Formats: sequence, structure tokens, C-alpha cells
Amino acid sequence: MLELHSLTIHEIRDMLRAGQICSKDILDSVYSRIEALDDKIGAYLTLTKEEAYEAAAIIDKKIAEGEKLGDLAGIPMAIKDNISTKGVKTTCASKMLENYVPPFDAHAYEKLKEAGAILIGKTNLDEFAMGSSTENSAFKITRNPWDLERVPGGSSGGSAAAVASDEAYFALGSDTGGSIRQPASLCGVVGFKPTYGAVSRYGLVAFGSSFDQIGPFTKDVEDCAILLNHLYGHDKKDSTSLNVEFGDFTEALNKDIKGMRIGLPEEYFGEGIDPEVKKLVLDGVKVLEGLGAHVEEISLPYSKYALPVYYIAASAEASSNLARYDGVRYGYRAKDYSSLEELYVNSRSEGFGEEVKLRIMLGTYTLSSGYYDAYYNKALKVRRLIKQEFEEAFEKYDVLISPTSPTTAFKIGERTDDQLAMYMSDICTVPINIAGIPAISVPCGLSKGLPVGMQIMSKSLGEASIIKVAHAFEQNTNFTKKKPTL
Amino acid sequence: MIDKKDLHYVASLARLKLKEEDEEKVREKFSMVLDYVGMLNELDIEDVEPLINVNGMSNVMREDEIKESMDRETLLANAPEKMYGCIKVSKVIE
Repeated sequence: MLELHSLTIHEIRDMLRAGQICSKDILDSVYSRIEALDDKIGAYLTLTKEEAYEAAAIIDKKIAEGEKLGDLAGIPMAIKDNISTKGVKTTCASKMLENYVPPFDAHAYEKLKEAGAILIGKTNLDEFAMGSSTENSAFKITRNPWDLERVPGGSSGGSAAAVASDEAYFALGSDTGGSIRQPASLCGVVGFKPTYGAVSRYGLVAFGSSFDQIGPFTKDVEDCAILLNHLYGHDKKDSTSLNVEFGDFTEALNKDIKGMRIGLPEEYFGEGIDPEVKKLVLDGVKVLEGLGAHVEEISLPYSKYALPVYYIAASAEASSNLARYDGVRYGYRAKDYSSLEELYVNSRSEGFGEEVKLRIMLGTYTLSSGYYDAYYNKALKVRRLIKQEFEEAFEKYDVLISPTSPTTAFKIGERTDDQLAMYMSDICTVPINIAGIPAISVPCGLSKGLPVGMQIMSKSLGEASIIKVAHAFEQNTNFTKKKPTL
Repeated sequence: MIDKKDLHYVASLARLKLKEEDEEKVREKFSMVLDYVGMLNELDIEDVEPLINVNGMSNVMREDEIKESMDRETLLANAPEKMYGCIKVSKVIE
């Protein structure tokens, strides 16, 4: 029999309801897994064991008394440490917020908690979600469960590694330029970036507010659909939150994809894409073709401008968002200063890491007088062109498919000194955030023992098409079932 | 490559101070990224409207209602230094 920790949300949920296991058993399974493995992997920054067992006891009591259970009752969850959890440290993997304890919950976390899910711990990330390898964490590195010498991707590397190593049943991450999908791809799990505005950003520590979205890491596509049902919805506390009916995403499971139109943007299969990654993604597309989907190659010529747009606009937003860390009201305060000005400068210079400072300075520069039109405004214009190009493509195609990451997981330290090589890790994922559309990464095979992810994108609010295609793919292959040897 | 003076100016606008030993490395990285994003200059986009919100939303207003907020103690819990129920900073008026 499979061990409990290796099961999915829907599997343990069924067992819990059938009375085969109790909520405490589920927690035991995941915490013993963490104890056995996390010294090696380093997925977690904080564990919330005590609170988790208290929550489990309440659920087990409810079961004993025959009370109605929430949809996610007793399901343990890991949360990226830039998502606010009331009473539990939320550090953003930064010295700046090393001791920060939020006085409120993020909306996304609150919704999952209401459905009965139990927080087991907070996961590692690149500082303030800026990075593609989780090496920018101020506290520790996280290792890829498939090869401990390699990175898990980033910035949500802790969440991806936790799910891949069965140290969590599911996890939340945040995705500004690929920070859910890229680590999902590198760790061989399912990762979803929602339509901009579908999930409230309330309580997500802001990085690039016009790009940021919270989304799930899961072991399969069904679990992903289950979580989207809970995460999606309007929230008054986020003024960019969409007020629309989203429907039930689990209805998109087990559907025929015959006749669906799939586009393959040639720019995502060209220069810089590892040939074996390309081959595995195209093999995956053949599976879908075999199920009756129509596949065509298309061109999205503005794609090559996506990274420049992203590094201008996201850094500009970051420079503004991170201006709040001044050492006054909360966060790190320098010990030595002789004026208020020096208090700001010293606190920020000592509290932020190198990559964060670099992006703040880039953003400050591109927003500054004399450069605003040359950089920031230009980026917003090109952003419109990229979005329009996607909209036109989606008039003809239900989904577009590409690799999620141009390569498999790279070695720890390999790209830390090569700024552009690190930025290129997100070349296939960044355009999606620029257009605000949704996309999933699903495992589509192993290259030299390392996972490869296939990215499936749709138009805004076209999530059901993504789930449909991704689930059909998963049901006709066995890639999501593959696990690292640990 | 961005010159030292400009780099110092940007840092001061961002209320950051560069360590002397890091300066060259930062200058190099900064310039590399600036060169790269300069790629946008090859596009003719004079007549394109900048995109502000991907969903076409503009200001979202609400009624200005008085509601309960967080209490002082909760809000001050994360303050690095406090005194008499206020956040403490160094003297700003001579």
C-alpha cells in the first residue's frame, strides 16, 4: 500500500470521510515526513506544529460528533512565507521581516482555513519573491528533491520542493513572472497561475502588484481544480479583484478534448530552449493530438519583448512597494544612525539583500525624471501589444502550449553570478503575467532524471479549458505519478 | 555603462547606500540589465496607449464608512521601538 504522505488531497479527503483515517493521522504522516527529510531539502522556514494539532483535534471532534465538515477538512497545507498568516511569522525570506508577525490573514489563506485546511508551515522563497532559484533567501537554500545538488526553481521553491517530496499535500505560492510555474516544472508538480484578479492579493506581501497572483502547487490536476474553487472569488479588500462568477472548476475534469484547438507559439520553442525539453513538450502535445485536439503552429512575435517589459515594470512597482520598509513602523531597524534619514538608509541597506536592492534601484531609475518615458512608459505600451497579441491568438485557439522552463533544474550556484542567465529562466512564463492570463505547469516527463513541465495557457478566465486539457493529458500519461527517490 | 555619479544618485533616491566593495559589481549588473531592456527601443510605439490594468479596471470606489479597525496594541506589536503607546524615532526637529 502507498504511504499516506504520498497521497493527494482528493484521496485523503475520501479516506477521512470514510472513517479510514482521522485528521491527526494525516498530520502525523506529513510531520514525520518533514522530520525525516527537511534537513536535506530545506523547504520550510517555520513549522506550526502546535497550532496544527489543535486544529486537527477540533476536526476529529467534529467527525466524532457527526458534524458537517468543510470541503478541505483536515488537509494540511504549506504556505509561501510572503503570504500573511496571523500570529505566524511571515518573513519573505528577508532580514527586513525576520521577526515580523502579521496581525491579519491573507484572504486566500483565510478561505482555505474556512474550508478546513490546516497550516503546517511556511515555506522558503527568494527574498521578497525576487528570483528564480530560491538562492536569494536570506535564511537558507532549498534543494531540489530530484537532485539535491540542484535548485528547486523559484521564487516559490520551498512550496514546490515541499509538495514534490511529499512534505506537504499542497502548498500556496505566488507568481509575478513565473514563480509558481517555473519551480513546479523543475520539481515535477502541478502549479497554477490564475487570471489576474481572480484570487485576492490581500495579505500577499506586494512585489509587482499588477503582476502578482497567489496560486496552488498540487500533486495532480484534480487537486488543482479543487483548490481553485476555494481560492477564486471577489474580495473587497483588493480593488483589482474581479467580481464575476467563476463556476465549478471540477466540472472541467474528465472531459473529452476532441476538437479543441491548440496553438504552439514558435517563439517558445526556439533559441535557448533545451532540445530535450522541447522534445518532451512536443511528445506531450502528440498525446493531446491523439485524443482529438487540433494542433497548429503560430507566431507571437512580441514575445521576445516580454522579459524587458517585465524587468522594467515589475522593478518599478517593486521600488514603490518596498518603499514602506523604512525601519520606522515594523521590520528591521538599524542599530546605528544619527538622523531620521540615516535610520531609513541604514535600515534599508542592512535589511535588504543584493537582488532586492538591485531591483529597487532599477525601478527607481526607470521611474525617475528624465527616464520615465524612455523606460517605464515604453514598457507599459509594449505590455499592451503583448496582451493584444495573446487576445488575437485566443480568438483562434482554446489553449496555447509551450515549455514552462527553458531548461531542467540547474546546479546550485550555477547562475548566481550571471544576472541575465538567471532572468532567462522565466522567459516562457513572464509573458503570461504581462497579459494577465492564466496558465498551468504540468509534468510531461523526465530528462536525464529531472522533471520537465508543459505550460498550458488560455485567455483571461479561460481556466476551465486549461483544466480540461491538463486533466486529459494527466489521465492519459503517468508523469504526475512519478516521484523522486528520497 | 551607468557612471558612478548616477548610480549614487539612484541609490540615494531609493534611500540605499552601496558598500564600496560591492559598487563595481552592482554597477555592472545594473548596466547589463539596462542594456538588455533597451531592446524596447527598436519598436515604433509612438501611438500605442500604455496599459495600466490588464482587466481594464479603473478606480474602484466605496462608501466612506466608519468601521472598527485594529487596536493600537496589535498595530504596535511589530514596531521596532515604542514609547507611551507611540512608535519611537529619533528627533526630527532641531
